[in-house]
Amino acid sequence: MDATPPTSRRALLKALAVGVPAALGAAARATAQPASVTAATPSPGTTPAISAGAAPATTSTVAAPRTRVLGFFNTAEAVCMDAIASRLIPDDELGPGAKEAGVTFFLDQQLSGGWGTGDHFYRHGPFEPGTLEQGYQLSFTPAQMFRLGLEKLNESSHTANGKSFAELPSSEQDVMLKRMQAGELDFGPLPSAIFFQALLDGTMEGFFSDPIYGGNNGMAGWTLVGFPGAYASYANDIDRHGVAWTRPPVSIADAHAHGAAGETHR
Amino acid sequence: MSKTLPAVDVAIIGGGWTGSVIGKELAAAKQRVVVLERGEPRWPSPDFQAPTVHDELKYVRRHALHQNTATETCTFRNNTQQKALPMRRWQFAYPATHLGGAGSHWSGAYYRFDPTDFKMRSHYSDRYGAKIFDEDLSTQDWPLSYDELEPYFDRFDYLIGASGYAGNLKGKLQPGGNPFEPWRSRPYPNPPMKVPYAPALFGEAAAKLGYHPYVQPSALVTRPYINSEGLPMSACVYCGFCSNFGCEHFAKASPQVCVLPVAMKLPDFELRTGTHVLRVELTPDGKHARGVTYVDAAGEEVFQPADIVILSAFSINNVRLLLLSKIGKPYDPDTSTGVVGRNYTHQTTSGVNLFFEESFNINPFMGAGAVAVTMDDFSADNFDHGPHGFVGGGYLQIQVVSGAPISYHPTPRGTPGWGSEWKQAVRRYYNHSASITITGSAMPTRGSYLSLDPTYKDAWGQPLLRITYDLPDNDIRMSAFLTARGDEIGKAMRGVTLTEPGPRKRPFTATSYQSTHLTGGAAIGADPATSVVNRAGQCWDVPNVFVTGASLFPQNSGYNPTGTVGATAYWIAERILKDYLAAPGKLVQT
Repeated sequence: MDATPPTSRRALLKALAVGVPAALGAAARATAQPASVTAATPSPGTTPAISAGAAPATTSTVAAPRTRVLGFFNTAEAVCMDAIASRLIPDDELGPGAKEAGVTFFLDQQLSGGWGTGDHFYRHGPFEPGTLEQGYQLSFTPAQMFRLGLEKLNESSHTANGKSFAELPSSEQDVMLKRMQAGELDFGPLPSAIFFQALLDGTMEGFFSDPIYGGNNGMAGWTLVGFPGAYASYANDIDRHGVAWTRPPVSIADAHAHGAAGETHR
Repeated sequence: MSKTLPAVDVAIIGGGWTGSVIGKELAAAKQRVVVLERGEPRWPSPDFQAPTVHDELKYVRRHALHQNTATETCTFRNNTQQKALPMRRWQFAYPATHLGGAGSHWSGAYYRFDPTDFKMRSHYSDRYGAKIFDEDLSTQDWPLSYDELEPYFDRFDYLIGASGYAGNLKGKLQPGGNPFEPWRSRPYPNPPMKVPYAPALFGEAAAKLGYHPYVQPSALVTRPYINSEGLPMSACVYCGFCSNFGCEHFAKASPQVCVLPVAMKLPDFELRTGTHVLRVELTPDGKHARGVTYVDAAGEEVFQPADIVILSAFSINNVRLLLLSKIGKPYDPDTSTGVVGRNYTHQTTSGVNLFFEESFNINPFMGAGAVAVTMDDFSADNFDHGPHGFVGGGYLQIQVVSGAPISYHPTPRGTPGWGSEWKQAVRRYYNHSASITITGSAMPTRGSYLSLDPTYKDAWGQPLLRITYDLPDNDIRMSAFLTARGDEIGKAMRGVTLTEPGPRKRPFTATSYQSTHLTGGAAIGADPATSVVNRAGQCWDVPNVFVTGASLFPQNSGYNPTGTVGATAYWIAERILKDYLAAPGKLVQT
């Protein structure tokens, strides 16, 4: 990203709907806040919608969002990943989708870190396909797989439609994703079904992990299902059967440590 | 060139439950003990404190407390006709690393094996005739009885602060407890855990059907407790972050909460972390261990001389160390001879997914690793196996481990895996689902075993362990029977609108998690032709080497292993102290 010309960078930010005014995307619904801001109690109809970046200055006094800088994806990859995330978990009447929740940024951080480079991945040959029961047997690290897979997806899209994946209408994107999931697209040495599963797994991780990792922005994933997050105790609630939990979720970043507030535990 | 250190009396490989318990016992008796832990030191404070410990991505998905497959993994195949390939990342089980081992990241579900589990071959043969065993099963008796081990189970109960209702005190059934429970000499030291909604609904339905549900015993304390080592524990707060996590509250029993703080104050006890043991060194005739060679954190090879070596690594890693050290004859499936690696099993688990009416708020995030209502009506030999034609059994339960949503976001079968329809379903069902889990025994077969892989190596150039395993027909029949019973209970539960039974199928797959209850490979037995160690846990072939943990199990009980692992650790410590040190040499003559 360092070498990206300013104009491309703006285009990227616009495409990613990050760090730009709320006029884009889901503005109609938004009182969005970046995850770094202490979570407020959402009220009905104000589901945090992250895609809009900052809340309009007139309705919020929270700090302006930080511009997030990509460490792994290039522009085309990030745009493609955003488009994929939008189809895997769409932004709809139930709330923000994976793109709005920042799954692209989550994956960008993960892929540029230890997991992406295979810090817990046995990578010695010989590599053989094996049986289904033997599991993943490719040599690709997650980072290598995403790099090749996104490139091949765009190639396939150009070949079939003359457009990049992100430029396709969503119905055609769904058709391509389904073909990828079924293993029907030719991604060379990378079986497209395996790449699809990696995309889906990574999207779920980004949508449902703690916002400290850059996804699940505004705790969109947790709000969707009703998971309270990093709460530490249900000792007084666990045998109050069937009572709905209505408190807003809490991120690690905002949860109080035990003992005195502000105490350091590391 | 390896560096040689001053000799110690006892070198213990592994800083988990068995190494910590035995190390403390021996050091308290003035044996100079060094515990060699390959991982890092990790303590409840500061390493497991809230809120940072409540991190599903780090601890579940990125395996913060699990053995790193990049440096050491296993290879896997279903049978000897296949070529074993590496498990390049963990999916089927979560072997641990770092201080406390799996005793740090376990759930805390706490059981004793049933008395009949210790005499599987003879008991079932007596009751049903020898033909109840399929020809391929190598099920065999322990050389120890439940009655012999009971005092050691009891000691471990009071070390960990186990919680539960006693079902059977000295042979007398107790109200509220599990009527199938084996006799116990004392009550649990702490009262049982609170019961969440889904387990309560399960218990209600099971009782209605005539079964005997009870609150599962747990290694999570339910009130402030001072354990048998004088160490304090605090009451569980049901945070839902137990399995795969360290416990911030000093509520879940672990070696670093329950025994290591006392051990480390003993002048003869040393914990040495960052020490990856490569092998046990033997004398030229192979009949006596001289000590162990490890690689330290700087990468230097170190020889630690010791009079006694105790293998207290994770079950399958113990077996690998035996094979790498050339202790005992490796098992050969073609001839059914040899013993090391023989009788390896996993655990035959299955489940029934349940989906509820929307008015039933299940609150799956209010949980704990071991909070459950369970029934033992189909465990062990608590029911008539005659009409069913299999040996073994398992318990049925609803246990509320965690609602952390990367791993837990159930939708009914047929729901698309993504898109708006998935989103609707996951929102509809997240708080209105549960699973009946069935934890079944696993019988050993002649074709399933552990050996060294001929191709793949670890980061230190040593062969990986090769797992050859598939589910026996016996276990498939058992799983079908138990899962059908679970489905009946699920259908009888209030609020349930849909059940999805999932009995275990062949082939066994390394791609889905089943349990971390890997057992066998260094079986304890009375006959050197079918076991690696004698009833004292002592290697038949190298009498100053002892083996501990679930690697000793000749087959896997339906019950979780840690209770029996803890009891046998105390048993082995006492055999070393009372028998071996008095007269070093073979404790059982052949």
